[in-house]
Amino acid sequence: MVQVLENARATRRPYPVMIPRTMSDLLQKVAQSRDVEAFRKLFELYGPRVKSYMMRQGADSTTAEDLAQETLLTVWRKAQLYSDEKGSATTWIFTIARNLRIDRLRREVSWQPLPENRDQEASDAPDPEEEVTEKERRDKVRAVLATLPPDQSEVVTLSYVEGLSHSEIAERLGLPLGTVKSRMRLAYQKVKEAVEDIR
Amino acid sequence: MKINHHLDDSTLMSCAAGSQPEALAAVVSSHLSVCPRCRTELKKHALIGEALFESLTPEPVTRDAPVVAMRAGEATLAETETPQMPSALKAALEGRFDDVPWRRAAPGVWHYPLPLSADAKGDLRLLKVAPGTRLPEHGHGGTELTLILDGAYSDEFGTYRKGDVADMGDDVEHRPIADEKLGCICLAASDEKPRFTGMFARLLQPLAGL
Repeated sequence: MVQVLENARATRRPYPVMIPRTMSDLLQKVAQSRDVEAFRKLFELYGPRVKSYMMRQGADSTTAEDLAQETLLTVWRKAQLYSDEKGSATTWIFTIARNLRIDRLRREVSWQPLPENRDQEASDAPDPEEEVTEKERRDKVRAVLATLPPDQSEVVTLSYVEGLSHSEIAERLGLPLGTVKSRMRLAYQKVKEAVEDIR
Repeated sequence: MKINHHLDDSTLMSCAAGSQPEALAAVVSSHLSVCPRCRTELKKHALIGEALFESLTPEPVTRDAPVVAMRAGEATLAETETPQMPSALKAALEGRFDDVPWRRAAPGVWHYPLPLSADAKGDLRLLKVAPGTRLPEHGHGGTELTLILDGAYSDEFGTYRKGDVADMGDDVEHRPIADEKLGCICLAASDEKPRFTGMFARLLQPLAGL
């Protein structure tokens, strides 16, 4: 097992760093001019992450790769819906992957629509200041997540990364449902405070 | 619509993560459609998912990017993202309560079970309670969510009106009474089948043979 993991690590190529500005630019190009080259770059950036996400959610490697392909195809087909969005490309692509996972891996209806731009205080291109705030906010969230106590971090990961419901987490960890929920609340409060500090 | 009772942070987290059982997600999504406060909170919860998604170790893909090309009409594809909604739920959410094929469950109580996907666990149903009807004291096994669609009910925790959602812990017991004039119509979900646990089992099982 360890050997396999090490082999996998050895053959792994370095992945491009995800820069929010670049990613929304790529997505804009796909949306506005159906730029196939930009799409290929998006696939390079997101394909491996979506595959990884699907595998953590319980898909085998082949299925995960199918779902990564399908996620990016949906991105291509629906890029138009993104064009006015000032939110991040990652949020949007993550939502598509998440809904596809519910649909295919859980075989349930994903009730959450894609983030809509209409009810937002719409502005076209994100101005540079907002861009900074966006990046700052993400770094902050990541930093807070890294400092969560293990018991809180565990329930957050099981929920977001492994896709378990409250009851499934309670069962997996042998905890009362109320304990799972209160750990989630505590974790969220910390993230929320950090995010709201940024103005 | 003035909303006083909102979704719990842990419920919103599960929603943002996409980890909510279908029945609960239906109630959450219906509440979100009328509650700007919970929509704003949900966006913050989504930041966590995004951060964790970006932190995942990428898994090498073996195949190339899917082949895409611009095809006529493709760019204008305007698919609706709203999932297919059972017609009874659609009618209820639009306030056409008379269009729901209610089934009598107990004196002063009607219900209508809504279909879920084949593999989905849990229970989703519309519930109508006649004005002034008091339900027996009951607890909630597992997770249950109740969204008020019309009228109101009151219990130990306050009054729940149109748009409010009751997101109660599994250790809570209450004795709700439907509004004296309006009665109460709600959308209720449980993450477990009602025959094992939950409000409907205790309330309705002996009466309706659920």
